[in-house]
Amino acid sequence: MDETLSLIQIKGIRDGLLITLDGAAWPELATAFVKNVDERSSFFQGARVALNVGANELRVAELSVMRDQLSERGITLWAVLSESPVTETTAQNLGLATRLSKPHPHDLRETAEALPEDAAKWVKGPLRSGGKVLYDGNVVVIGDVNPGAEIVAGGSVIVWGRLRGVVHAGAQGDEKAVVCALEMVPTQLRIAGEIAVSPKKQSKNQPEVACLKDGQLVAEPWHKLTGR
Amino acid sequence: MTAQVVTVASGKGGVGKTTSVANIAVALASCGKRVTCIDGDIGLRNLDVVLGLENRIVYDLVDVIEGRCRLRQAMIRDKRLPDLYLIPAAQTRDKTAISPSDMVRLCDELRQEVDWIIIDSPAGIERGFKNAIAAADRVLVMTNPEVSAVRDADRVIGLLDAEEKGPAALVINRLDPAMVKRGDMLSVEDVLDLLAIELIGIIPEDENVIVASNRGQPLALDGKSKAGKAFQNIARRLMGEQVPFVALESQNLLQRLLGRK
Repeated sequence: MDETLSLIQIKGIRDGLLITLDGAAWPELATAFVKNVDERSSFFQGARVALNVGANELRVAELSVMRDQLSERGITLWAVLSESPVTETTAQNLGLATRLSKPHPHDLRETAEALPEDAAKWVKGPLRSGGKVLYDGNVVVIGDVNPGAEIVAGGSVIVWGRLRGVVHAGAQGDEKAVVCALEMVPTQLRIAGEIAVSPKKQSKNQPEVACLKDGQLVAEPWHKLTGR
Repeated sequence: MTAQVVTVASGKGGVGKTTSVANIAVALASCGKRVTCIDGDIGLRNLDVVLGLENRIVYDLVDVIEGRCRLRQAMIRDKRLPDLYLIPAAQTRDKTAISPSDMVRLCDELRQEVDWIIIDSPAGIERGFKNAIAAADRVLVMTNPEVSAVRDADRVIGLLDAEEKGPAALVINRLDPAMVKRGDMLSVEDVLDLLAIELIGIIPEDENVIVASNRGQPLALDGKSKAGKAFQNIARRLMGEQVPFVALESQNLLQRLLGRK
């Protein structure tokens, strides 16, 4: 037990407890941690917990079991930190945070500038209600963006599909950001500081590009812009 | 043979999950399958009422989970269909009384005894929903042809994808072909267009459903009504049969008649 205990580090942070599980395979870590929780249930009762799982690659099955086990014991798992992109994606899919605190807006701007111009996050659609994409650079969605979904991008947003959710392009103030969609019927569209709602109930069923012109948010059909 | 676990979920309340679970279960049992339905709506149980088994509850789901009775003791056998059982929800507890892993264990125990396990999920996307989908092999997402219900169905489909419980199949309930015709209701195509998942059933608006629910006599027992027929078709599709869609047919007929004028 002493051996496994040394694999578990518990630290108090502003948002609850940060628990680092590292140095062994996941099943062993998970068992040791749950056992530890059971032994000190009064300490853990009602806790908000962020797990740092190091380089462990966790799939939905593993992570959701851990979440459920903790929730059975009255513990809320709200974040999972990991060096593994696989684990990060899993955590995001399960609606868990992957960072302890939101980056400061100022830091965001710096990273946006530091990103190469062609940096883009690829999102395989459809992006459904409740889905949220937050990225400092450009965002490309292959598929529909449904009502209730939200994209916040530091750069431009391209939707290869119907855009019916909320999109904020140039979220750090980039007025040159554009939003393109095969069908443009957003619930709300924001570019930099400007906000617009879709004026038409029915879509025109044609690709459109939205941008800022003299401080006004305008959407134009793609074929007009290209002259075809 | 081990059972298939099917969960009916919707996100939004009042779209017809419980009625559908009752009717799909009845339809499967009428085909000679052994069926157990589980009411996952702990604290707000309804499925027993719709099935007309309310007065026979002795033990419930939470009693099984907490070991106060054996699984068999909580299974209420339907008098009309001897292969249909109900495990009712507890009314005096809440969703936190059981956990997703409890549901998985329970269903694993049941799988050997029946052909189909149909779970009625509560509305919402919290603990009760997670309990209901934990053991599911398939999830039927229920919606009405209205914007708010479709929005919630969309959210639920997203959550099912994230939990790797997809792909879900869609049931559109309370469709009124006349209203669709007038352009006052979302059409099947509108809903499918947004949700982009496989369609497994369309249930037409039918006031017999309310009468049947109040009497505890699910429509699918006789299947003379349009809705009863639609539920039977869902059951047949679940069993792998290719069945054409009823409501779509009647719509086409209407169009054909109007076209001739």
